[in-house]
Amino acid sequence: MKLLIKNARLVDGSGEFGNADVLVEDGHIASLAGGDAERVLDAGGRWLVPALTDPHVHLRTPGQETKEDLATGLAAAARGGYGTVVAMPNTEPAVQEPEQVRALLDEARTLPGARLMVAAALTKNQEGKKLTPAALLARAGAALLTDDGRTNEDAGVLARGLVYAAAAGLAVAVHAEDAGLRGGGVMNDGPLAAELGLAGNPPEAEAARIARDLEVLRYAARKAAALGHAPRLYLQHVSTARGAALVAAARAEGLPVTGEVTPHHLTLTEETWRGFDARFKVAPPLRTEGDVEALIGALERGELSAVGTDHAPHTAAEKERDLENAPFGIPALELAFPLLYTELVERRGLPLPLLIERMTTGPRAALGLAPARLEEGAPADLMLFDPAEKRTVDPERFVSKARYSPWAGRELAGWPLLTLVAGREVWRDAALA
Amino acid sequence: MGALRHLLDFAGWDRARVESLLETARMMEEVLERPMKKVPALKGFTVATVFFEPSTRTKISFELAARRMSADVVGFSGAGSSLAKGESFKDTLLTLQAMALDAYVIRAPVAGMAHQAARWLTGAVVNAGDGRRAHPTQALLDAYTLLEELESLEGKKIAIVGDVAHSRVTRSNAELLPLLGAEVWAAGPAGLLPERLAGARLSTDLDEALADADAVMVLRLQRERMDEGALPSLREYVAEYQVTEARLARAKPHAPLLHPGPMNRDVELEGALADGPRSRVERQVRAGEAVRMAVLYHLLVGRAA
Repeated sequence: MKLLIKNARLVDGSGEFGNADVLVEDGHIASLAGGDAERVLDAGGRWLVPALTDPHVHLRTPGQETKEDLATGLAAAARGGYGTVVAMPNTEPAVQEPEQVRALLDEARTLPGARLMVAAALTKNQEGKKLTPAALLARAGAALLTDDGRTNEDAGVLARGLVYAAAAGLAVAVHAEDAGLRGGGVMNDGPLAAELGLAGNPPEAEAARIARDLEVLRYAARKAAALGHAPRLYLQHVSTARGAALVAAARAEGLPVTGEVTPHHLTLTEETWRGFDARFKVAPPLRTEGDVEALIGALERGELSAVGTDHAPHTAAEKERDLENAPFGIPALELAFPLLYTELVERRGLPLPLLIERMTTGPRAALGLAPARLEEGAPADLMLFDPAEKRTVDPERFVSKARYSPWAGRELAGWPLLTLVAGREVWRDAALA
Repeated sequence: MGALRHLLDFAGWDRARVESLLETARMMEEVLERPMKKVPALKGFTVATVFFEPSTRTKISFELAARRMSADVVGFSGAGSSLAKGESFKDTLLTLQAMALDAYVIRAPVAGMAHQAARWLTGAVVNAGDGRRAHPTQALLDAYTLLEELESLEGKKIAIVGDVAHSRVTRSNAELLPLLGAEVWAAGPAGLLPERLAGARLSTDLDEALADADAVMVLRLQRERMDEGALPSLREYVAEYQVTEARLARAKPHAPLLHPGPMNRDVELEGALADGPRSRVERQVRAGEAVRMAVLYHLLVGRAA
């Protein structure tokens, strides 16, 4: 069936293209110059962009479905304007065998929502000791290897993992924090943690580990080059000015590294801890105003080229435990785009194409996927949003099981009204006639 | 200032509020000096002591304070380990709330728990110590004891010695005592000092902190600190930071000696000093009861008014 989206303002990561009538046919963009269709949708001059790609979500399946499951997670993603998400393997059990990858992909295909990509564990049970079968996992459809949720303490294992994953064509993602320096820290270390009487996780724990991992990458790249391969390292959720500077220097030097930044690290600071509320508990922790400024700068310059939500749902009851026992994590799939549109584009004047690029092509490049472009023949992974209408964040209305939010009550613009995956409608807002 | 709704810490407090509360405590202490140590002030109110961390002394002190004013008292004690497993913290509070209680005295192992409780409960919350964060009634009883000794705290140097980083008593005193004009010093080994403590000067030099001090408060040293790697050895701590008769000679001649208890004799404090003429440890216990009576009175009668 053909769908015509009339009167949409087209934007992708390469620029703005003015108004057009987009014809969708057989899961692809058939034309940007209109055409006959069974269904016609008037976009009313709203923005049409490529559907977003989230390289970092926790869908808690299998094993922790009280927090989130594939159906709610993929629906939440679709509602947030995401066409594709990469689910992390820190589940129960960890995703580390090809059969598990296939089973997840098969189940996701039956669900109405964003497209699922599956990250598998880099090491057995994510213990950082024995490598998982990268080639078999890649063949089963794994998108990425990572021990996210844990830190890779053994540099030698990480180096071998990078070389081996490179041969299988997969990137390796790491949660870069030095476990010893991090200790039992629950919030950013510094004067505020001292004042509040809470254990701090210092920015140096992140910087030290990023510095180490970049040396590990340099070594792995040398080893792999001899075999004609190139390892790719993906640094998840860079949260500090220092961490961002290390990534920038490494990229300038030509090391194959991509740095990710999250919506929460771009918009919230440790000051939120004054309210003693575990909704703000996340690892790495929310940092300072100076870090937020540095991260936005790095995002703008492309030193951090991918936005990942690190959507980390927990039950509301778990987030109401005390600040030591409450789990780490912030759910953000449903509002990452409106949040960043409002905070970065509307409030700070970041060009819209740049934000779109960092939420589409940036993460896609790290995953080895083609750029997301609005052109004839491209997959019809599309998102339509309204730049004007403001809505208040109401977690009660989330489709994610995690119905709480650090941004509850915030008024945001830029809400996705329609999300298409390969031409299939996976989210349509009631406001869209 | 408006009526006191909770006592979580001293954020937003001013000197007038402190003085008014301590004045009430003095009236309460007169009650404690009578043969019949009971007044009907809180008759009909119910106070719960909710302790997620063991503390016999503080619990008894609060329970007695409530009973001296004819309040009914119920007690809950839960081990800290249950907090990690279930969602028992909030559930426990909501269950208690369903029993129509008026005030909750909460002791908890993690900073912020009293604030969390105050968000969920409609009754008054008294923080009886939350992790490293605050222990406001301890600071109030310290202020009460110090004022009795020194008459005024204006310009007085109060030296706090020991495990400052982990001390809620120090954090609360550093908030409270400067409101009364005192200059607070906090001294201890580098591994046991925070990087900043608003309201206090930090020093690793015990002699500097004790020099001309008008009063000295010694903190309990917990042995777990050695296991955590914050301190190399007990022997080294004793050699460098134990408050001894000789060291105390640097303070003002009759500077009183306080300790929030329970005490490790001959660890943080030379044993003989604990029973010596400078020690106000027993005085602190008595002051604690009067201060806690005043806090409950201000919270419950102040709210009802």
